[in-house]
Amino acid sequence: MMNELLAVLIAIAGGLAGGLVGVGGGVLFVPALTVFLGLSQVEGESTSLLVIVVVAVVGAARQNAYGNLNLRDAALIGVLSPLGVLAGVAAANEIPQRALELSFAGLVLLIAYELIRRALSRTPD
Amino acid sequence: MPSSRTLKLAAIGSAAGLFSGLFGVGGGTVIVPLLIFWLGYGERLATGTSLAAIVLIGLLGAIAQGGIYGNVHVGTGLLLSIPAVGGVVIGTAVQQRIPQRAVSLLFAALLIAVAVELIVR
Repeated sequence: MMNELLAVLIAIAGGLAGGLVGVGGGVLFVPALTVFLGLSQVEGESTSLLVIVVVAVVGAARQNAYGNLNLRDAALIGVLSPLGVLAGVAAANEIPQRALELSFAGLVLLIAYELIRRALSRTPD
Repeated sequence: MPSSRTLKLAAIGSAAGLFSGLFGVGGGTVIVPLLIFWLGYGERLATGTSLAAIVLIGLLGAIAQGGIYGNVHVGTGLLLSIPAVGGVVIGTAVQQRIPQRAVSLLFAALLIAVAVELIVR
């Protein structure tokens, strides 16, 4: 019972993150499914995709109602994403996983720095 | 010859697929900031458009996983979707009422958490 309750709370947090900053929430849904609902890692990652799609459909519809959606750009990004998956498979075979993780961590920190710099250098809107 | 705008969107889509394929994170993590940096999107438009792109990216992944490997637990996934949908409805409503730059700062905090998770993994 406690595990189910924690899974529900984590799912709410994942949805909140989706609404507030536009991510799918998989980072939270995967542990909710594996740690608290007993799915294996592969099952959890696969099933989280289903939750992500449901959350993203509702979130995108809400943002569309608020006037915050460019459907043409979104479609182009989504349709072209499999190209990156192929490149990812090739990269994973050539480069050690740890080096990839650390490079991505560095890239993510650079993006965070740039977002903060830009946000603080402009007046509130 | 596609326009530079189309090429940027293609690069964003490829980067989203690349990172989500490699690390299980990276759809929205790269789409939102790149829409802001490269295409001059405001934060709200970037997050809304990111969610719509994630619908497609997630569907392609779920179909591959569910159709080929049968690893998707549909019932459990739909049950977990109920509280998650509640969260996203509240999250989008709150987002309309806070300054756009606060969205950027929240996003930066999330990215720092992702980086820490990748480093200690």
